[in-house]
Amino acid sequence: MTIQQVSEILNAEVLTTADKLDTVVDSACGADLMSDVLAFSAGHALLLTGLINLQAIRTAEMMDMRAVVFVRGKKPTQDIIDLANDRDVILMTTKHNLYAACGLLYINGLH
Amino acid sequence: MKLSYTVLEGEYARAGEASSAVKKVLKQLGVPAPVIRKIAIAMYEAEINMVIHANGGVVDVDILPDKVFIQLTDTGPGIPDIEMAKREGFSTASDEARDLGFGAGMGIPNMIRNSDFFNIKSEVGKGTTVEIAVNL
Repeated sequence: MTIQQVSEILNAEVLTTADKLDTVVDSACGADLMSDVLAFSAGHALLLTGLINLQAIRTAEMMDMRAVVFVRGKKPTQDIIDLANDRDVILMTTKHNLYAACGLLYINGLH
Repeated sequence: MKLSYTVLEGEYARAGEASSAVKKVLKQLGVPAPVIRKIAIAMYEAEINMVIHANGGVVDVDILPDKVFIQLTDTGPGIPDIEMAKREGFSTASDEARDLGFGAGMGIPNMIRNSDFFNIKSEVGKGTTVEIAVNL
């Protein structure tokens, strides 16, 4: 599934530079605890989270994740967007909550 | 190759910058991505701990032909019971740390899980030294 398809399924707004939307992600995880992401999410390319801070981006960076989706319509501050652009992490925000956003991606084939 | 970084007390927004810099260097050196990820996770958890539990400190990284050795030294409050601190789920983190998405008691277990050698020495009132090595 491409990032473009993820954004369409979640009706999500892309917040970072929109030049890598054809990036393919083949698995995802949803969590607000970054230590859980660091412990259990190796190999996942997409993080869905309600945690809006720089550490969400840094965690994605450490895990080689390609994109982060903020849930419940949360919008990050400019410093978070700047860091994501700098580290090649695509940011999106969706109005769905974490449970629904994960469910929508799951039933569309992203496991 | 030797690298050294100073981690500042209470700089929550900057926590992880040293790990990010090391990750970049290892990538430039052509180290395989799964190995870089192990080093990045272990060092990032240790760096976060240094910010949230201690008053910052120094990170020394030695990139050798066969391994990466990382030593994190702080002069913080120290850990009264190291065996307890190694347990998954045990945490003494502040609400501020939890707001960052950490403090769930996974820090040291994550460091151990991602390292080929791990050692922690601590003295209450004096500080803590964490040593991590990952084979290349």
